[in-house]
Amino acid sequence: MEPAGAVSGACQWGVWAGADGWDMNSSAIAVSGLRKTYGDKVVLDGIDLEVRAGTVFSLLGPNGAGKTTTVNVLTTLLKADGGTARVAGHDIDTEAKAVRSVIGVTGQFAAVDELLTGQENLQLMVDLLGVNSGEQVIAGLLARFDLVESAQKPVSTYSGGMRRKLDLAMTLVGKPKIIFLDEPTTGLDPRSRRTMWTIIRGLVADGVTIFLTTQYLDEADQLADRIAVLDQGKLVAEGTPDELKRQLPGTHVRLRFSTVEELDAAARIFTDSTRDDEAMDLRVPSDGGTKSLRAVLDRLDEYSISAEEFSVHTPDLDDVFLALTGHNTEVAAK
Amino acid sequence: MSAQNHSIVMLRRNFKHITRNPTSVFNAVLMPVVIMLMFVYMLGDAFNVGVDYVDYATPGLMLLAVCYGLGATATAVNSDMTKGIINRFKVMDVSRGAVLTGHVIASLLTNLIAIAAIIGVGFLLGFSPSASFVDWLGVIGLVVLLGFAAGWLTVALGLFAKSPETAGLAAVPLVMLPFFSSAIVPADKMGAGLKQFAEYQPFTPIIETLRGLLNGTPAAGDVIPALAWCVGIALVGYLWARSTFAKRA
Repeated sequence: MEPAGAVSGACQWGVWAGADGWDMNSSAIAVSGLRKTYGDKVVLDGIDLEVRAGTVFSLLGPNGAGKTTTVNVLTTLLKADGGTARVAGHDIDTEAKAVRSVIGVTGQFAAVDELLTGQENLQLMVDLLGVNSGEQVIAGLLARFDLVESAQKPVSTYSGGMRRKLDLAMTLVGKPKIIFLDEPTTGLDPRSRRTMWTIIRGLVADGVTIFLTTQYLDEADQLADRIAVLDQGKLVAEGTPDELKRQLPGTHVRLRFSTVEELDAAARIFTDSTRDDEAMDLRVPSDGGTKSLRAVLDRLDEYSISAEEFSVHTPDLDDVFLALTGHNTEVAAK
Repeated sequence: MSAQNHSIVMLRRNFKHITRNPTSVFNAVLMPVVIMLMFVYMLGDAFNVGVDYVDYATPGLMLLAVCYGLGATATAVNSDMTKGIINRFKVMDVSRGAVLTGHVIASLLTNLIAIAAIIGVGFLLGFSPSASFVDWLGVIGLVVLLGFAAGWLTVALGLFAKSPETAGLAAVPLVMLPFFSSAIVPADKMGAGLKQFAEYQPFTPIIETLRGLLNGTPAAGDVIPALAWCVGIALVGYLWARSTFAKRA
């Protein structure tokens, strides 16, 4: 982990010590004691975080945890009630304009102009930012996001995945150094989600710093160098994906039985399992692969026990929350 | 890039919207003309206002033409707000008010097209103003000022409303207000209560000023309150729009 980080950090030097002079030793994003309240509702309750240049930082949490508020504050859309934050070395309060000139933001809902075509949306960004050789930039982005064919069609005819891609393409027109992605895959079908992940990895390879919010553990796991878990306006955990996953129950098989006798019998043969008498189920650790699943089923057969229900369970956001906070996401979203 | 350039880019965007969705402008131009035909051509002879009815009604209908364009502006602004387009502009290093200025100018230009249509149809129906060149300049100046003021107020309404539907609805009182002014019939012919309302509401002095200018006899007693109302509405609209724009994310 460390050597790789050092190498990419060294590569960054040339890129980052550019025009506005913030170097790799300063963080891309540094937040301290950030607070935000709406009336008497505390949305952000003292957030501290640090994002190194050229890395992907993921803020993981359920709906209502404060993810979007964090993004809105860091991107100068909202004013914080307390704490400080620097983005690319600029104070978000006193140097908002400088912050805006280095960031790109793609929100939860594609902010595209439906009445314009894809091409015109990009042209709008080019015109507003005064980008040189805009034609080439637009052509490049259309090709990169596989939108060439639909470029002349109004965005109102685009699918959700295409809108999200266009939104991100518009964000990239200004060549931002730090990109905020607020739930970039929420509501997308699995295929579009994969495409979005590939695009995000491509951005990272270009040396962009990414601040990503998500409700999906697997998304954070796939993309992030570091993950922070946000719960009711507080960070409850922070670390690499591996560090975080170590705190979680692993993948397991759930067997549900109709009688206590069967549950007892099964618990005796799977000695490393944990039982839940209330749910009448047994959790047997397993990697979820076909071999280990067959082994479980074979053993049940061997002892002539039949389970009423059989399911493979991989840890998700709910497990993270249960493990870290003792309550599940439903409570958090209240 | 300067704020002016940003505003021009935004205005170009508004024009593209109009060409893609011409019904909104069509409504803004056609509805006032339909109302004009209804009141002047169909019912006009039944009104007794002391002068040729088309000469009486045209200034009021010009104002109505301004109001009919506002619903579309409010809806468009709100849709930019609720769909996140405004937030996109706000996190860019782009001058802050440009998107709003674009909407106000597009709204104003729509108003001017609608007013030109009303004056054109008015001439076909026998409208015969006795205004001098300077009076006409005054008419244009006042109409632009009104369109500008109403535009900022409407942009504020659009930013403030929760959804495009409520934004469109919020503009309805502005569309109704001319009917309760001296636009269609003189205020002193209305019932008690309504009469006082019509006399003191902002549109009546504005209409009376237009009427005076078009007759070649503007009266200071109308001009001063008319200008004061326009400046006041513009100021309130502008400040309200600016604070809502800054606060809402």
